[in-house]
Amino acid sequence: MIFLRLILVNLLRHKIRTFISIAGIAFSVAAMLTVVTVLQGAVGMFSSILSSGAELIVFERNVSDLFFSDVPTTAKNDIAGWPMVSHADAVLFGVVSSADHPIITCFGVTVGDARIRNATWLSGSAADFDKSRNPVVLGERAADFLGASSGKDVPIGHGMFHVIGVIRTRNGFEDGGVFMPLETAQRFFHKEGSSVITIKLRNKEDSAAFKAQIHRQYPNLIALEDAEFSRSYSQFKILKATAWAVGGCGLALGGLGVANTMIMSVFTRIREIAILRVNGFANGQIAGIVFGESAVVALAGAIGGIALGAIALYALKEVPALHGYVDVSIHPLLMFIVVVLALLTGIAGALYPAAYAMRIKPVEALRFE
Amino acid sequence: MMMSAQFAETPLVIQAAEVWKSYERGAIAVLNGIYLEARKGEAIALCGPSGCGKSTLLHLIGGLDQPTKGTVTVNGKALGRSRDMVHFMRHEIGFVFQLHNLIPDLTMEENCLLPAVAAGRGRNEAMNRLQDLAERTGLTNRLKHRIQKLSGGERQRTAICRALMNRPGILLADEPTGSLDEKTSAAVFKLLLDLAHTEGVTLLMATHDRSLAAACDRVLEMHDGRIRTDS
Repeated sequence: MIFLRLILVNLLRHKIRTFISIAGIAFSVAAMLTVVTVLQGAVGMFSSILSSGAELIVFERNVSDLFFSDVPTTAKNDIAGWPMVSHADAVLFGVVSSADHPIITCFGVTVGDARIRNATWLSGSAADFDKSRNPVVLGERAADFLGASSGKDVPIGHGMFHVIGVIRTRNGFEDGGVFMPLETAQRFFHKEGSSVITIKLRNKEDSAAFKAQIHRQYPNLIALEDAEFSRSYSQFKILKATAWAVGGCGLALGGLGVANTMIMSVFTRIREIAILRVNGFANGQIAGIVFGESAVVALAGAIGGIALGAIALYALKEVPALHGYVDVSIHPLLMFIVVVLALLTGIAGALYPAAYAMRIKPVEALRFE
Repeated sequence: MMMSAQFAETPLVIQAAEVWKSYERGAIAVLNGIYLEARKGEAIALCGPSGCGKSTLLHLIGGLDQPTKGTVTVNGKALGRSRDMVHFMRHEIGFVFQLHNLIPDLTMEENCLLPAVAAGRGRNEAMNRLQDLAERTGLTNRLKHRIQKLSGGERQRTAICRALMNRPGILLADEPTGSLDEKTSAAVFKLLLDLAHTEGVTLLMATHDRSLAAACDRVLEMHDGRIRTDS
């Protein structure tokens, strides 16, 4: 109890300094949590676009981005006929721009595609999807920012399209996208095949056999399960690495703040530490007080950071432009990792101050201070 | 080397043999061949002008510093690297300084319990000991008070309680009444002597006050880093 009091007493003695230090860790934790959660949400959403109603994704091997993948239509037709395959849907991804929007994602899909089937149709009908010339279905947010509605024509890229419906999906990317029949998309993007084929197997256990058959028959293609794709797709890897790097830099800055606080804490009470030594406190106990202080700061910062991060995520979710992009649920594992990282940062920040405190010689500190 | 007859048969607890201490590679000589013996239960006053080496000698005996030359032996074992100094500080030595050296944000009780916490003593045992010491020093009603709320005399009595918390065999007091007024000084000194006597503690006290020193069993006069007279 007194040991804890010794830890808290000094933190409470310099409340503003302690608060600034806690705030430093809290902002770092919040930044890490927000960036990682948003990016994980984005990655999850992108994965769900690919895997909508499917288990496997087939795309061109060694492409740096799925937008550059080209899967021939003949391959799709062949694969769709394999006995183990229940459904094979070709999807073409394209990116265009309009006057006010530099990036609009286009999805070239067939009428039977799960995205079209499962969406909530705010206007129009799936039955009309491929019944007119240059038809498009707009995601709810795309309709909003393009200022378009059913029955109107809308300029997308260098073409003019007829809006036959507006849909709402649970996915931010899809809600901000434009859906067009596969043939329309192939014509528009000058592509004969598709970007990917999404595969639903009759029996999930045939996954390995399916991948092996793809490898044998189409060596320039690759088939991956959803989770494999998320792990291996280089764009996702870059995004995740960036998120952790940004968060790590934030925590490193927070750690420097803790180090500064702890150095000041030790320097301003050299005499007190000397008194503790004279009263029998061992090196480990002195270091324990210093590390205890930094752990309290780091823990308080981590808790504050989680709260701040949650508030930031809820705020981001309410931003209209980000509707559907932000997943506010913070994964418990991420929370645990962030708390552990904050504690490690605190401990790292206290290493030098603790070593300094252990070297204090009572006879000098008591004589001259 | 004089010693009062009543302690002739009691064990030797402190022995400083040819102890030298200098700083700045010998440029500043503080102790010049000190020889000192103290027996269990003795109260010894170290007198002498400022800078004569009283505090330095106490620091060497208390293990806070090492002699440049010579040996300090406490309870039959020489102080130095081979000795468990943490155990020594916790269980064998108690310090009282001129400036009480208490932690201001803690209460009197918490300050006194510090040595017990360091030594890992049980809470009940430590509290019983503290209650006993607080009663004997008249501080029972001050236990929960912060140090800032205590008078100078109360602070020094608190420092004495803290020093005796772990029942050390030796109490080193460096000008314990130096910052107190005459009346308080006499009261604190009397308390210190009484406690040392009843606890059977060997007291080694540096002081300028010869009238207080006269109440001790022995008075050592120091000058220029040497013990001149032992009476």
